[in-house]
Amino acid sequence: MTRDEQSPVVELRDVGKRYGDGPLILDRVSFTAARGDFVAIIGPSGCGKSTILKLICGLNPVTSGSIVVDGLEPSKALEKLAFVFQEPTLLPWLDVVRNVEVPLRLHHSDASGRAEVVRRALSLVRLADRGDFYPRQLSGGQKMRVSIARALSVSPSILLLDEPFGALDEMTRDHLNEELLAIRQEFAWTAFFVTHSVAEAVFLSNRILVLAANPGRVHDEIQVGLPYPRTAETRQSQDYQRLVAQVSGILRSVENLKA
Amino acid sequence: MSARTKAPLRRILSNLLPFATGVGMILAWYAVCMGLSPDQRFLLPTPHEVLRAFFDKGPTLWLATLQTGTGAILGFGFAVLLSFAMGLFLSLSPLVRASFYPYLMILQMTPIIVIAPILILWVGPGLKSVTIITFLICFFPMVVNTTQGLISTDHNLVDLFRMYRATRFQEIFLLRVPAAQPYFFTGLRIGATLAPIGAIVGDYIAGNSANGQGGLGYLTIIYSSQFQMGALFATAAVGCVLGFIFVAGVMALSWLALHKWHDSFSRTDT
Repeated sequence: MTRDEQSPVVELRDVGKRYGDGPLILDRVSFTAARGDFVAIIGPSGCGKSTILKLICGLNPVTSGSIVVDGLEPSKALEKLAFVFQEPTLLPWLDVVRNVEVPLRLHHSDASGRAEVVRRALSLVRLADRGDFYPRQLSGGQKMRVSIARALSVSPSILLLDEPFGALDEMTRDHLNEELLAIRQEFAWTAFFVTHSVAEAVFLSNRILVLAANPGRVHDEIQVGLPYPRTAETRQSQDYQRLVAQVSGILRSVENLKA
Repeated sequence: MSARTKAPLRRILSNLLPFATGVGMILAWYAVCMGLSPDQRFLLPTPHEVLRAFFDKGPTLWLATLQTGTGAILGFGFAVLLSFAMGLFLSLSPLVRASFYPYLMILQMTPIIVIAPILILWVGPGLKSVTIITFLICFFPMVVNTTQGLISTDHNLVDLFRMYRATRFQEIFLLRVPAAQPYFFTGLRIGATLAPIGAIVGDYIAGNSANGQGGLGYLTIIYSSQFQMGALFATAAVGCVLGFIFVAGVMALSWLALHKWHDSFSRTDT
């Protein structure tokens, strides 16, 4: 397969989704992401943000339309994908190291290479010294870092993050956002990041997709021109604050639209 | 921590009180014995009479305990293995559970006292019958707990495994089984309290003394027919100790399996 820099890595064409006989969750959602895009997805609750991620990773099938991931159907492209859930979803009976290597064990990668991959993933999230800790001994932020290390262990080319920092306090969330971008400087994965926080969306992404609800559909797309690498100082800049205000305005109008 | 340093008196009291309660109960026991009229005295042996019976019947009690203990361990062991296999099977789908649970219930509801004569006719009195009766008593609560544990896996973790294309086999043995451990050990604890009781009851109704050696249930029959009250009380005490050994063994196992990660043993302050 040719790896053309310009070709879309993920392409959604008129994607519709409903569960069983339930209401339409997503209605003709179309967009394409190019290699290296960091796409933030925001919108009112119930607009199907998380559903889009589950469709991209092939966990659920689409009802209508199509999704192409790196030239393949989602269910065939799983090896390129990694998912970071809303909760840390760690296995409580395994220590940190063995949690991080769960995906590798499931794929039967050989044990000798595993240790090195896990060590590197843990040092990326600055938890190299916590390898033999059990999840219950970690703070919320540390658990989420382990969850991210686990996603990185499969060397994904596409990273799907479903509100990963939603349950954390503001400080921890800001730190983890900065770390996430720092790691991304090294590995240029394409990322889809679902969030409720406009500030987080603007800080992380180069494109923000604003969805409307009932049924979920694309309402607007905002390009975030802030240059990478972004750091804590980025949040002080006028451009950043102007974008946050602009996106907040759009989000508010979408929520009124619903009512 | 602070409560402990603040109140050393309280700590001494809390160590002393259980002991004092024991002494008090023995004294009360003596008091009741003294209060009985001479023609009723044989009904309640004094503590030292029980102790003497314990030493007089020592070898007999010991062999009977081994006999009953063997039945209890075998019945409990089979119950552990088969309840685990059954739990795995039942966890496969709600349809499987709907089709098999009612019949397990029937097995559970049938009184052992009715099953025992059938067993005696089928496999003869003795260890086999005792083992099967112990098994029947332990099996059901262990199946229920194991099954419940296997189907209560955190849905997000199941999604995670499906996301990484885990096979059904991996999902069961790397996820559902380890996640079910707390439930499994709850079942095991219930089973451990039932197993010695099951073995003694089994021995009582389907034991065999043909080779000259019965279990604790058989001794109970002998001693009660001879009005050996001291020996009866000693037998009861031995049965009680046997129960404690079972429960302690299972508690130790569950500590080994769970203390590092499960909240029921949380004592680490990190």
